[in-house]
Amino acid sequence: MSVSKLGKFAVVGLSAAWLAGCSTTATESDNSAVAEEGAATETTESADDMAASDDATYAAGEDGAVSSVIVEDEEAMAAQMQDVDPLAGVSTVFYFDFDKSIVRPAAREALAKHADFLINNPDARIVLEGHADERGTREYNMALGERRAKAVMRYLTIQGVAASQIETVSFGEEVPVAFGHDDASWQLNRRVEVRYE
Amino acid sequence: MKSKFVLVVLMALLTLSIPARAQLVIEITSGADQLLPVAVVPFGYTGSTPLPEDVAGIVQSDLLRSGVFQAIPRENMLSLPTSAKDVFYRDWRLLKADYVLVGNVDANANGTYRITYELVNVLTQKRVGNKEALDVKPSNFRDAAHFISDKIYEQLTGIRGAFSTRILYVTAEGNKAAPTFKLQVADADGYRPQVVVSSQEPILSPSWSADGRYIAYVMFRNRRPNIFIQELATGKQQQLAQFRGLNGAPAWSPDGKKLALVLSKDNNPEIYTLDIATKKLERMTNHYSIDTEPSWEPDGNGIIFTSDRGGNPQIYRLDVKSKSVERVTFEGELNTRARLTPDGRYLVTVQKNDGNYHIALQDMKTGRVQVLTQTYLDESPSIAPNGSMVMYATTENSKGILAVVSVDGLVKYKLPSADGDVREPAWSPYFK
Repeated sequence: MSVSKLGKFAVVGLSAAWLAGCSTTATESDNSAVAEEGAATETTESADDMAASDDATYAAGEDGAVSSVIVEDEEAMAAQMQDVDPLAGVSTVFYFDFDKSIVRPAAREALAKHADFLINNPDARIVLEGHADERGTREYNMALGERRAKAVMRYLTIQGVAASQIETVSFGEEVPVAFGHDDASWQLNRRVEVRYE
Repeated sequence: MKSKFVLVVLMALLTLSIPARAQLVIEITSGADQLLPVAVVPFGYTGSTPLPEDVAGIVQSDLLRSGVFQAIPRENMLSLPTSAKDVFYRDWRLLKADYVLVGNVDANANGTYRITYELVNVLTQKRVGNKEALDVKPSNFRDAAHFISDKIYEQLTGIRGAFSTRILYVTAEGNKAAPTFKLQVADADGYRPQVVVSSQEPILSPSWSADGRYIAYVMFRNRRPNIFIQELATGKQQQLAQFRGLNGAPAWSPDGKKLALVLSKDNNPEIYTLDIATKKLERMTNHYSIDTEPSWEPDGNGIIFTSDRGGNPQIYRLDVKSKSVERVTFEGELNTRARLTPDGRYLVTVQKNDGNYHIALQDMKTGRVQVLTQTYLDESPSIAPNGSMVMYATTENSKGILAVVSVDGLVKYKLPSADGDVREPAWSPYFK
C-alpha cells in the first residue's frame, strides 16, 4: 500500500521526455498496470498515469495545444507488484461511448479476469466507480456514471460473481482524469474504474 | 503563442501571491439599447478617517449589472451635490440623466456611520420617495449599498431588487488531478466570499432553503456521495442521506419542510421526498429510466425533473399529490436541470442543440423557447429571486466561471475568478 506513496508527480512539458515515458505504455493493458491495492488509496494518481499514457494513443501528434501533462512514475511499483498480484497487468479502467453505458467488447477479456478473481476469492470486494465527461449537467452525469458502473456490474454478475461482492458508485463528471475540452479527453473521462476494497 | 504562455504563467504567480484578493469581478459584455440613465453622485463625507467602502460606487455597479440602467460617468459630472436641495437640474439635463442619486455619510459618535440618500427625478425636479437614513457599522457598508440599490431598483422598475441576496457556488482549486473543493457563499455581486465547507472530495448541487437560513448540498465522503444540510449562521451540519448508490440533487420545498432528492437505493435513480423533521422518505417516481434534478414549483404542488424515459433527457412535471407525470419540454436535442422563475411563468433549462449546451428559456404559457446564451458548456442555471436574471456556470479558456444573463437575453456579464474552477451557482432567496 505504502508503495504507491513513493509515486512522485512530475510535471513535464510536451517534450521528448514525456513522449518517451508514454511509449513504454502504449497499449491499454499496459496502461492499467496501475496496481489495484495502491489505487485503492491513490486512485487519482493512477488515473493521471492513465490519462497521460492514453493521451499518447488518442491524442499524440495533435497541434500541441497541450502544454503540460502530469506523469507519475509507477513502473517500478507495477513491476514489484506483479510478483504478488494475480491481477497485475489486468486493466482496471473501462471506457464508454458518449451518453452510452454499453460495455465494449474490448473490455471483456479483462473483466473476465476480474470475474475469475472475484469468484475464486469470495471475500474480495470491489467498488465500480462510474464517471462521465464534462458535457451535460452534473447530476445527470452522476446518474449516467452510475448506469455505466451498473453495466459493468451486470457483466460481472453474469460471469458468476456474487452481487454482494460489488458496490457501484458514481462520481459523475466531478473527477476527470484528462482536462482538455476535446474528444480525446472526454473519451478518457467516460469510464468505470474497478477498485478493490 | 509564446507571449500567451508567458501571460498565463504570470497570472498564475499573481494568483498564488494574492489569494486573499481573488474575488469575482464583474464584466459587462453586452447591454440593452434602452437603458435608463441614472447619475449616482459620490456620497459626501467630511470625516478624516477613510471610509471602508465607496457606497455610491457599489450602488452604481449594482444598477449597471441589473441591465436596466446606464450610469453617467463620474468624470462627466458638472457638480457633486450631496442632498436633493443642492441638485442643480440643468447640470443633469445636459448630461441626459433621468434620475440622480445623491447621498451623504457622517460619522456617528459610537463608531457607526449615518448614510443618508435621496433620489431625484430630473424631469419633474422632484424627489422620488423620501430622504432615507441608515445607521451602519463599518463592516456593513456593502450591505447598506445593496439595500439602497434594492430601494432604487424597486422605485424605478416596480420590481423588488435582488442586490442584497447572496450566491452559493463551488470552487475546485489547486492541482487539477487532486483539487480542493470549496463550497462558498458570497454577495450576489461576488464580493465577500466565505468558505462554507472545504473538502478533498467533490462537492456539488448546493441549494438554499426557502428562508435562506439553511443550505443543502452533496459532498463525497470516503468516495461516496452524501447529502448534507447546514445552518449558514452557525455552520451546524447534518448528514441527511447516505444510502447505497446515488444521494443527489437536494432541493428544498417552498415550505421548508422537505427535501426532494435523488436516490438509487432501489436500483435506478428515482425522485424521493424526505421530511427533514421526521426523516420519512417517500418515493415520488417509479421508472426504469434516469429520473433526476428535481426542483419544486413555487407553490409546492409540482416537482419538475429531468428524465430520459422518452429516449433522451427532457423535463417532466410530477404532481406531488397524484404522482402523475407529464412531459414539459419538446424543443432541443435534450433539456436538463430545469428551474422555474418565482412566478412560475418561465422554465429555464440546459438545452443541447447541434452539440452545444446553452441556457434556454421556455414560456410556460405560450410554449415559446428562446436560447439565452452563446457561451461554452453552459450548465447549472439558477434564477434570482425577483426572476430578472439567471446565473449559470460556463467554461471560458478551459476554466469554469460564473456568468449571468437576463431572462430577456439582452444583458450578460461574467464573474471571472482567479481561484481555479468556479461552478454550481445557487442564487439565494430573499432573506426577509
